Amino acid sequence: MAGIVGYGAYVPKYRIKSETIAQVWGEDPDRIQKGLGIMEKAVPAIDEDSATMAVESARIAMARAGISPNDLGAVYVGSESHPYAVKPTASIVAQAIGATPNLTAADLEFACKAGTAGMQMCMGLVDSKMVKYGLAIGADTAQGRPGDALEYSAAAGSAAYVIGPEDESLAVIEDTFSFTTDTPDFWRRSKADFPSHGGRFTGQPGYFKHVKGAFTGLMEKMGEKIENYDYFVFHQPNAKFPLAVAKQLGVPKEKLKDGLLVPIVGNTYSGASPLGLANVLDVAKEGERIFVTSFGSGAGSDAFSIKVTGKIANREKGTPLSAFIENKQYVPYAIYAKLRGKYKGM
Amino acid sequence: MKESISLTWRRIPERYRMMGSVCKTCNTHYFPPRSICPECRRKGKIEPFKFSGKGKVYSFTEIHAPPAGFEKQAPYVMAIVELEEGTRCTGQVVDATKDDIRIGDSVEAVFRKLLSDDPEGPIHYGFKFRLIK
Repeated sequence: MAGIVGYGAYVPKYRIKSETIAQVWGEDPDRIQKGLGIMEKAVPAIDEDSATMAVESARIAMARAGISPNDLGAVYVGSESHPYAVKPTASIVAQAIGATPNLTAADLEFACKAGTAGMQMCMGLVDSKMVKYGLAIGADTAQGRPGDALEYSAAAGSAAYVIGPEDESLAVIEDTFSFTTDTPDFWRRSKADFPSHGGRFTGQPGYFKHVKGAFTGLMEKMGEKIENYDYFVFHQPNAKFPLAVAKQLGVPKEKLKDGLLVPIVGNTYSGASPLGLANVLDVAKEGERIFVTSFGSGAGSDAFSIKVTGKIANREKGTPLSAFIENKQYVPYAIYAKLRGKYKGM
Repeated sequence: MKESISLTWRRIPERYRMMGSVCKTCNTHYFPPRSICPECRRKGKIEPFKFSGKGKVYSFTEIHAPPAGFEKQAPYVMAIVELEEGTRCTGQVVDATKDDIRIGDSVEAVFRKLLSDDPEGPIHYGFKFRLIK
């Protein structure tokens, strides 16, 4: 199977605390922090969007891969916040990393799992030898309606994966499995500024059903067991859901630690599980195995079984995600509202 | 504020990837690119050159009265950056105020939105600089 030849992840500098948002809407900050498990979330600068963040992560991934951009045969950018309704983010990214013109490129959308869908597409192209390398990116500057529960979680971040031949990979993707149904748990209509969701309906019929479906589907397909994995990454719309699904599946909590970023960066949507995987790859050792399960509303999950190889030393060529997470500056709600364009007439 | 599509399109290599030029006769680097080397004139041999985007702050200022299209970003820092290949260029320094910057600080190019205030028009992207700690 194909593997990860390079990876990169990026989170913007600005943060807003859950407490700051709670104060504006008269909510109890403790209740929010305990309920969602989110302490703060990443906020993009006024000149950042999904395309700029995708380029940031792609450049790090390319530095780690150490390949010529001309050898990229495909670029896919998954996002629910593409800067244009019509005009691809992927062509902007491909141009900015010098991969144009001899490649295919397209934008993907599947709520929070478009990034992992892109990884699967690149795996198919690589394994069928249609391309030598493909670049899959999950990037989002997610928006939550002011005062809605989503406002505490909807954050910004990006992660990029150069997918290529197994023998060049710093982590081999051993297998993948997907689970998809039509489920109206979360949506945003065309031209609507903010998404809508089905409240508690997002839990059981949405997140839990699909994550478990993909997780157990891949475990059964491979004949694998939880004990054979060192790290688990689940999609993380809040901290409560991944911890709860892990408990239900029997995954030890400590195996989630390195891939659970939502308490300190928020839900980066298409970037969420790819960012969690990037943070795990920043610390994982040769021979260790990682099990990743994404989730996108609407709804579907992609599961991946990944094994780290000796080429993981190549990660030294790129900036670790922790450098971006630690370099932060808090903003008050008024500045956050300006950065996110929430003021009328902006 | 609107920038013509043809102008943006022509500048994509320069703005996205810092493509400049170099004179192979005298090894002088030019950014933005020149098609004739003013040092060597007809003996010059100009080729495209991709700058690394790394450099040092040569001088800087904070903009409080911005030109049209940049109002929402003010105040912001503009710097003259001495690129490591040996030429200077002007660019915005992101995620920083004037108090964060000193002359001589190391910077690297990042990819950001330059202009986008017309809601139905194109978004213009390009390089800016970020401090390297």
